[in-house]
Amino acid sequence: MSANIETFPGTSLSQADFDEGKILTTHWRPKLDYGWDAGVAISRYLAELKNGCIIGTKCRRCRRIVVPPRMVCEWCWEPTDEWVYLEDTGIVNTFSTCYILWDASRVKEPQLPAVIEIDGASKGAGILHLLDEVDPKDVRIGMKVKAVWKPAEERTGSITDIKYFKPVESNGTIQRPVQVAPSEI
Amino acid sequence: MRNVAIVGVGYSGFRSITPDMSYKELMYEAAAKAYEDAGVDPRRDVESFVSVAEDFNEGTSIFDEYVPDQIGAVLKPVHTISGEGIHGLIAAYMQVLTGAMDIVMVEAHSKASNILNLSDVVAYAMDPIYNRPLGANPLFIAGMEMNRYLYETGTTEEQCAQVVVKNRGNSFLNPSAAYGASLSMDAVMNSELISYPLKRLEISSHADGAIVMVLASGDVAEELADLPIWIGGVGWCNDTPSLETRDWEGAIYARKSAEMAYRMAGIRNPRMEIDLAEIDDTFAYKELQHMEALGLCREGEAGFLVEEGATELDGELPVNPSGGSLGVGHLLDASGLARVLEIVLQLRGEAGRRQLMDVETGLAFGWRSIPTTSGAAVVLSI
Amino acid sequence: MGMRKVAVVGAGMTKFMRRAQETGRELAHYASKMALDSSEMTLDDMDCVALGTAPDAFDGVHMKGEYLSDGAGAWRKPYMRSYVGGGTGVFAAIQGWYHVASGLFDTCLVVCEEKMSSCRPHPQGAFLTIFDHTTERPLKPNLVWIFALEMNRYMTVHGLEKKDIARVAVKNKRNALDHPCAQVAADITVEDVLNSEVLAWPVQRLDISPTSDGAVAVVLAAEHVAKRITDKPVWIRGVGWSLDSSYWTNRDLYYPKYVEYAARMAYDMAGIKEPRKEIHIVEPYDPFDYKELHHLEGLLLADKGQAPRLTAEGVTARDGNMPVCPSGGLLGVGNPIAAAGLMKVSEIFWQLRGEAGKRQVPGKPRTGLAQAWGDLMQVGCVVILGI
Repeated sequence: MSANIETFPGTSLSQADFDEGKILTTHWRPKLDYGWDAGVAISRYLAELKNGCIIGTKCRRCRRIVVPPRMVCEWCWEPTDEWVYLEDTGIVNTFSTCYILWDASRVKEPQLPAVIEIDGASKGAGILHLLDEVDPKDVRIGMKVKAVWKPAEERTGSITDIKYFKPVESNGTIQRPVQVAPSEI
Repeated sequence: MRNVAIVGVGYSGFRSITPDMSYKELMYEAAAKAYEDAGVDPRRDVESFVSVAEDFNEGTSIFDEYVPDQIGAVLKPVHTISGEGIHGLIAAYMQVLTGAMDIVMVEAHSKASNILNLSDVVAYAMDPIYNRPLGANPLFIAGMEMNRYLYETGTTEEQCAQVVVKNRGNSFLNPSAAYGASLSMDAVMNSELISYPLKRLEISSHADGAIVMVLASGDVAEELADLPIWIGGVGWCNDTPSLETRDWEGAIYARKSAEMAYRMAGIRNPRMEIDLAEIDDTFAYKELQHMEALGLCREGEAGFLVEEGATELDGELPVNPSGGSLGVGHLLDASGLARVLEIVLQLRGEAGRRQLMDVETGLAFGWRSIPTTSGAAVVLSI
Repeated sequence: MGMRKVAVVGAGMTKFMRRAQETGRELAHYASKMALDSSEMTLDDMDCVALGTAPDAFDGVHMKGEYLSDGAGAWRKPYMRSYVGGGTGVFAAIQGWYHVASGLFDTCLVVCEEKMSSCRPHPQGAFLTIFDHTTERPLKPNLVWIFALEMNRYMTVHGLEKKDIARVAVKNKRNALDHPCAQVAADITVEDVLNSEVLAWPVQRLDISPTSDGAVAVVLAAEHVAKRITDKPVWIRGVGWSLDSSYWTNRDLYYPKYVEYAARMAYDMAGIKEPRKEIHIVEPYDPFDYKELHHLEGLLLADKGQAPRLTAEGVTARDGNMPVCPSGGLLGVGNPIAAAGLMKVSEIFWQLRGEAGKRQVPGKPRTGLAQAWGDLMQVGCVVILGI
């Protein structure tokens, strides 16, 4: 069928068409405000962040300790109501050096998003955060890092109470990661 | 065609606010109860999971990302239906009919309390070029339709108000309902005029909650449930979303949904063969309009029926014994599943003080509210 | 298995464009009309409509499915919208499949549409809202982060270099030169990719597909109807889908387990025991070049870490032993999220019927696989088609 069709429908416009006013447009800026109930698990997580601590939950069946905390183990379908205080150090599971912001605009100084496996939680249990106080060229998967917190009076109970993670010791070795095997059902 | 039944139900709620629980925890509670009721382990037995959600009702894009963990569906077939709760139920039903799966669940929830400017969200559903720029509160759509409905059918404003009195009264007997109240006709008629002729107390208030149902095919259903609730027929239909070209009377989407469902269920005389109905009453007049469109009475007759008490709990055709959205609370797209939930509880004999006698066949109908013309129906029986 | 057989009997699509003049409804209409015309059926012949479209935030309409329904031919018909993020394009075909396989309907029109250009300042911005509102959004993550994190993990675990991956972008963009709807077809080299702007290391500009507007539609029919309409129905032999945990930071991203689970479900249904022998054409989801490799491994069509070698050896070229993305994929044709997945299904449809024109893979392929992916590195949807 597509061998027989010569032209396909669709009229392509260019940015210039808009800039030169050739296209009529309507604009709408939506007002979308939400106040999400954090619930039992995340409320505790945020409250502990305000205290300068990272907390996780433990599944009584598979014994996994996970972070961010949750009320049910998604593997075992068991409630996870055992709380476990974790360290505020960890290792870098993966990272990137990013020169674009959320709205696609460019920056000169890159951000360093990373997944950081938190010490005290099960292997592979990580959180998303940023790295800083490190040269992007020196970041390695397997690197040990520590959280840098906002001063207590500035903490509000948010993931940003941790400003970023920075390297603890930099010996530059690349560790071969071991895959985390989830509990089989 | 395979027989498919609802073998387990569970819910969390329904309350005007649920500050103690995140949406994940509401879903978990409803799912845990439903799986317990059905006697299934989601990790082992449930083969497909259907979630009903709209991004802007959640405040999260691609909301299906956040579904599997708390319903036991990780690394299993899961998908979202952006539609009415009953659409989700039907999607689950169709999957069982294919023969590829025997046990499928459906979930829907509302966290309306977390949407801080809900009318702006509803306005965001309107056509961006023709309608939104007018800047009107979308409730005008309901006002206009009610106006036309009263004009076409001769139904009176008092008859619409009676729906509110009935439904919120029914909700007093419903422990899960958020808005049980003993209202007088005067109170409703004198409530603030929102969009002529629609009055404030005729608009259902929102509530939070979650509902989960487990469906199973024939033999499996018999094994799992003492009293499987069989799906006799389903029907759904979309009319146009356009305000300019739609037919403003008759709720055609409801009529066609019902025709399809009755045909499948072998129902020729719905008034006689349906024992109870749980149908959308987001706005009081909608209950009457839907009754007529669903063939439960003639056009213009619904107002008389509610006036005479024929649709009360002790009437000849109880409509919305749960209290409907007016009494239970409007659960956004989960409202339709709340309608189904009541039918299931009534047919099982688990409806407590609201229990109707000798009910075997029920009709549930959901509508996606303004500005849509989208609805879905299901006929259930024991 | 005793299941009702369902075939694809027609397909249609619009051009994929960075910004289309047409509204979402008009795009959906064009694609639907073309699909119906191609199978010589009318809208009256369609018993139901299944729509797939991804975030409402792009088109800027809440309950976008309702808004688009008229354009998708759904007036006064049973109509449903399914949604699994980027997986939606292939999932819509699965949803259409269960409409017909259920026995409730004999025909179904499946439509996928996306109009990303409406979103300002840049459609990319809408992706901020896919991250967890409490634990992640305050960090202002952007979509490219998550791809970069996954790509870095994949490359590090397997010891790969960028050039091993860049070959996919070269192959697909070149394949797309033969696709009349392509938005970003080009003749580029591996060097071009390696020299392109670094967005979020290791992701560079030419590693990624563009944002696009477009629509695709297919017509599905039950066996007795399909055989009446065409002498070349393309049967849906197997479907599979799987969604992994939202806690993506607790998972090892180097391998897409959910793609494997979806593939196994589809292979089982299709009775396929040796996919590497029995699947002749593959259209995996390729929003980024490394994703094609990642997915080939998840689909069990290459050993873990070995997909780059297959590309280097030409196995996945159009004239290779296992052509991958002969259409040009998302990297070459464009990425209007939901429509892109259905474009892959349509490509397999046209290829198996020998109607893919200059893109036709040689050797009379009989079985093809289309796969889409989406969410937070989470969902795999697979459809296996055969003649």
